[in-house]
Amino acid sequence: MLHSFSRSLRPLLTASLLASAALTPVANAQDPVRLGFMDPLSGTFASVGTSGLNLLEFAVDYLYNSKGGILGGRMIEIVPLDNKQSPTETQLQFRRAVSEELRILFQGNSSAVANTLNQTITRHNRRNPGQEVLQINYAAVDPILTNEECSFWHFRFDAHAVMKLEVLTDFIAMNEDIKSVYIIGQDYSFGQVVADNTIRLLNEKRPDIEIVGNEFHPIGTVKDFTPYVTKIVSSGADAVITGNFGADMVSLARSIIDSGMDAPIYTFYAAYDGITATLGEDGKDRIRLIHTDSANPIASKTRRDFNHTYKDAHPNFDVTQSRLVNALMMVVTAMEKSQSTDPYDVAVALEDMRFTNIGGDELWMRPDDHQLIQPLYISKQTDEGIEFDADNSGYGLLTEYEVTADDTALEHSCRMRRPRR
Amino acid sequence: MNEVFIFATLNGLVTGLLLFMLASGLTLIFSMMGVLNFAHASFYMLGAYIAYTVSGYIGFWGGLLIAPLLVGALGAGVERYGLRRVHSYGHVAELIFTFGLAFLIEELVQFFWGRDTKNYQTPELLDFALFTLFGQEFSAYRGFMIAISLGIFAALYVVLTRSRVGIIIQASISHPHTVANLGHNVPFIFMCVFGAGTALAGVAGVIAGPVLTTFPGMAVVLGSIVYIIVVIGGLGSLPGAFIASLLVGLLQSYAIAADAGMPELLEWLGVSFERSHPLNDLWTLKLPQIAPVLPYLLLILVLIFKPTGLMGNREE
Amino acid sequence: MKKHLLLWAAYALVLVLLPSLFSSVLGISILNQMTIWILFALSYNMMLGQGGMLSFGHAVYFGLGGFMSVHALNLIADEVLVFSITLIPLVGGVFGLLAALFIGSFSTRKAGTVFAMISLGIGELIVASSLIFVDFFGGEAGVSGDRTYGPAFFGIEFLQDSEVYYLGAFWLFVATLLMYLFTQTPAGRMANAVRDNPERAEFIGYSTRRVRFITFCAAGMFAGVAGGLFAINYEFITEENLNALTSGRVLLMAYIGGLGFFIGPIIGAVILTLMNSLLSNYSEMWMLYLGILFLLTVMFLPKGFAGFIMMHRAAWNNGKMGSLVLPYCLTALPAGLFLTAFIGMVELSHADELLHFLSMDLANDSAFSWFVLAMLAAIGAGGVKLARPRLAAAWEHANAAAQEAKS
Repeated sequence: MLHSFSRSLRPLLTASLLASAALTPVANAQDPVRLGFMDPLSGTFASVGTSGLNLLEFAVDYLYNSKGGILGGRMIEIVPLDNKQSPTETQLQFRRAVSEELRILFQGNSSAVANTLNQTITRHNRRNPGQEVLQINYAAVDPILTNEECSFWHFRFDAHAVMKLEVLTDFIAMNEDIKSVYIIGQDYSFGQVVADNTIRLLNEKRPDIEIVGNEFHPIGTVKDFTPYVTKIVSSGADAVITGNFGADMVSLARSIIDSGMDAPIYTFYAAYDGITATLGEDGKDRIRLIHTDSANPIASKTRRDFNHTYKDAHPNFDVTQSRLVNALMMVVTAMEKSQSTDPYDVAVALEDMRFTNIGGDELWMRPDDHQLIQPLYISKQTDEGIEFDADNSGYGLLTEYEVTADDTALEHSCRMRRPRR
Repeated sequence: MNEVFIFATLNGLVTGLLLFMLASGLTLIFSMMGVLNFAHASFYMLGAYIAYTVSGYIGFWGGLLIAPLLVGALGAGVERYGLRRVHSYGHVAELIFTFGLAFLIEELVQFFWGRDTKNYQTPELLDFALFTLFGQEFSAYRGFMIAISLGIFAALYVVLTRSRVGIIIQASISHPHTVANLGHNVPFIFMCVFGAGTALAGVAGVIAGPVLTTFPGMAVVLGSIVYIIVVIGGLGSLPGAFIASLLVGLLQSYAIAADAGMPELLEWLGVSFERSHPLNDLWTLKLPQIAPVLPYLLLILVLIFKPTGLMGNREE
Repeated sequence: MKKHLLLWAAYALVLVLLPSLFSSVLGISILNQMTIWILFALSYNMMLGQGGMLSFGHAVYFGLGGFMSVHALNLIADEVLVFSITLIPLVGGVFGLLAALFIGSFSTRKAGTVFAMISLGIGELIVASSLIFVDFFGGEAGVSGDRTYGPAFFGIEFLQDSEVYYLGAFWLFVATLLMYLFTQTPAGRMANAVRDNPERAEFIGYSTRRVRFITFCAAGMFAGVAGGLFAINYEFITEENLNALTSGRVLLMAYIGGLGFFIGPIIGAVILTLMNSLLSNYSEMWMLYLGILFLLTVMFLPKGFAGFIMMHRAAWNNGKMGSLVLPYCLTALPAGLFLTAFIGMVELSHADELLHFLSMDLANDSAFSWFVLAMLAAIGAGGVKLARPRLAAAWEHANAAAQEAKS
C-alpha cells in the first residue's frame, strides 16, 4: 500500500533533491528506465491512486523486470508523484518530475488534473526543446483532450466520455422496457458532458424515451441523497443514468435502493474500492457499468494468470484498471521499436500502433488524435458466474454487452500540431 | 407535487434532527467553555467508524451502545490532556487546537481504517418500509433516526432543566467561580460535558453511518454546517440550535425538491436573455444547485442583522 | 535605525542569493512557492496577529486576486490590454482590495466569533459560486493563461521559472517593506490597540470598526498581490485556491510561525512549504505527521517558532546561549531517536513489503521488527526523561542570570 521508505529515500540520497544542480546523468546501458506515475497517493482520493500504483508496479515486475528488463537488460523503475488530485499540486509535482529527469508521466485521475497537466506540458515542451515530457493518460475521459485541446504529447488509453455514452445509450435503446430515464450527476464538466450527450444520443436513437429529469448536484458536498431520490422516484423513471464517482456514487445508489425503487442504474464508476462491497446484494443485477475491460468472464489464460498472481501478491486489491497495463505495454513496445526512451521517439512509435493486450483485445492508437480505439463493455454487478470478484465481496462485474473496437471509434475535431525534429 | 412536498418535509426532518444531535453537543460545549469545537464533526465520523468495527463483532445494537461511550471517553481525554492545556493561551488558541484536531482525526481514521468506503449496513431488524406513500417507501430506519433524535432532545432538556446535575452544569456556565467555591470540581464538570457532547456526536455518527455512507470524507461533507447552525441559533442556546437545525434541514430539502430557479423567475418577470449573455450562468441557475449554500447565506444575513443569532443573547 | 537598515539589506541579499544555492528546477519551484506563501501568510498575520480578526476565509482575496490576474494575462495575450506582466501583482492587489472593501464593509463590525463565522460563510459562498459561474472561474479545471505575452521587460520574456523568481522576490520585498511600515503607522498601532482592548480604544474616540476595516482592506490587498504572483508563477488558477483548505493552510502557517511576531509567518510559510513539497514525496503518511506537528505546536509552543526563538532573548542578551547548547543537544538526541522510531512504526504498520529503515530490513508481520522499534522508542523516551531536568536547570540558570543583570 505504501511507496515505502526504501523507494522514496533513494531520490533523496542520490539526487539530494534541493541542490541537484548541474548533474545531468549520462544514460547508461544499465540505468533503469524511469517512468513517473502521477496520481493522488495521499488525501481523500488516495485509494484510487494507490491501487493504480500497485497495479503498475506489479505489472512492471511481472511482465518485464522479472524477465530481464527491456531494451537489452534495463530495468523499469516507477517513480510515484503524489499530486493529491489537485491541479496546483500537479504543477508542483510536474516540476519535480522535470527536476528528476522523468520524461514519461502516467496520469489518470480527474480530468481537471489531466487538462492542467496537458497545458503545462505543452507550454513546457515549447519553451524547453530537447527536454520534452510525454503524458500517458490512462483514465481521464474529458473529450476535449483528444479533440479541441489535443496535443502531440498526450496519449489517451481510456475511451472518452462520449465514446462510452455512445455504447451505453445503444444498450439502453435496445431495452424496450425503458420508456423514461432520469439523469443525475455531479455539477462539473464531466457531469455536464454526460447529461448533454445522453440527452442528445437518446433523442437520436430512441425519441420515444422521455428524459424525466436532468439534475446536477454539487460535487462531494451532498450529505444525504434522499431528497434527490424522492424526485427520481416521483418522476417514475424506468432507469437512472449517472456519472458519479466515489462517495457520491455510493450514497446515491444507497439512497435509491433504500427508497424501494427498483429501476436499473447505469454508471461509469460504480465498482471496486469498497463500492461493490457496500452495495452488495442490493446492487445485484441493478448496477450496470460501462468500461474498457471485461472483468468476467476472463478471455485469455495470460490474463487469468496475471490476475491470479496479482491477487496472490495483493489480496486486498483487485485488477481495477487494466488500461494501465495496456498503456505500460504499449509504451514499452514503442520503446523497443524505436530503441529509445526519448519522449519524441516513443510518441512517434506509439502513433498508429496496433496491439493485442493480455486479455486478447485488439487495440489501435489512432494517430490523428492520440485516442486509443478499443472494445468497450457493459457489465452488471452480480455474484453469479464471477471468477474475479471485487473487494473480496463475492460480487463482481459480469460482461453483458460488448462492442468491438471499430464500432466505438468516433469522429474527432483534433488539429494536431506536430513538433518538427 | 404533493408527494414531493411531503417527502421533502420528512427528509428535511431527518437531516435537521441529525444535525441537531451534533449541534446540541456543540452548543453545550460552547456554553461551558466558550469555544467552538471545530473537531466536533470528526467525533461524529469516529462514532460511525468505531460502530462499524464493533458491529462486526456484536451487531448494530452493540455498536450503538459502545461506540458513543468510546467516543465520549476519547473526547474527555482530549479535553483533559489537550484542550485544558491550551485553554490558558486564550480562545484563538483553543479554536485552532480543535481545528488541528479535526485534521488529525481525519488522518487517523484513514490510518486505521483505510481510505475506501466501509460496508456499514442498517440492522436487519429495521430493514423494512415503515410506510409507503404514493409509491415511495419511507424506511423504518429513518423513522428510527427521527425517534432517537427526538428522544435525545427530550432527555437533554429534562436533564438540564430538572435534574441536580443539570443545575450544576448551568451554574458552572454562568458562574464558574461561585460553583467552584461551593465545592464542585469545575474542571471535572468541563471534562464531563465535553465527553458528553462528543458522545452525542458519536451517537449521530453511529446512526448516520449506514445511510449516509461511512468514508473518510464524512466529517468534511457535513462540514461547517454544524458550526453554522449553532451560530444561527445563537451561541449557547439549546432551543436556538434546535430551531436552526430544523430550519437548515428543511431549507435544504425544499430547495432540492423545488424545480424552480432563475429561468422561472425571469419568465415570470417577462425578461429573457441570450445564451451568449456573459451572465448566462446566473440566468440559468436552479434552486437545487445552490441548496448547499443556502445555510451560509442564512448565516451571513442573520449575523448582519442579529449578531447574537436567533435565540442567543450572548455577545462575544 | 541603522540596525533595521542592515536587516532589510540582509533580507534583500538572501532573496537575491537563494536561487544560486538551489538552482534545480525543483529548487526554484519550491522557492517560488515560498515567495507566494510568505507574502500570503504575512497578509494573514496582518489580519489576525495585528488586527485580532480570526478569518477562515482569507483565501477569498488571494483567489480573487489570482483569478483577475489570470484574466488580465489573457487580455494581454489578446492585446486588449498593453502592459508588462511584471505589473500583474498590482492587478491582483487592486482586486483583492476591492473585494476586501466590499466584504469588509459589513463584516468588520464585530471581531471575535461573529467575524470568524462571517468569514467562513463568505468563503463557502464564493467557493460555491466558483463552481456555478463557469465563465469566470472556469469550473473545477480553473482558468489558465500565458505569461510570455505583452511587452518584454528589458528583454526578459519570463520563459523560465527562475526569471519569475526574481519578479516574485522583488514584489515580496516591496510588500514586506510596506507591511512593516504599516505596523509603524498610527493606523497600524491603533489596530493593535483595538485588538487588545476595543472598549478602551472606542472610549478615547477611535471607531474600532473603522480601524478594523482599514487593517482588513490592507490585508486583503496584500493577499491579492500574492494571488497575482501565483497567477504569474503557475499561469493558471482554480477554485481550490480560494477554498477553505487554502484558508486553513495560511492560518496554519501564520500560527506555527508565530502570530505576534512580524517574522513569524515567514518562518511558518517556509516550514510548511518545505513539508508540503518534500515530505509528501517520502511518505503517504505525511499529513498525519503534519497534523501531529501542528497539535504539538499549539500545545507546547503557543507563540509558534518565532516565539520559541524569541524566548531566548534574555539568555542571548546575557551571553548565556552557550550554556544552553549542550543540554539542548543532549535532549534533542534521544528525542530524535524516539521520533525516528515512532515514524518507523507508523510506516511499518502500512508497509506490505520489506521496509528498509535505518539500514535494517523490517517486516510488518515480524514481532522482532516491532520489538526493535519499540525498544528504540523506549530508549529515546527514557533519554528525554533523563535529560529534561538538566535542560530545565540550564534554562533556569540562563534566564535567572538575565534577571540579575536587569536588577
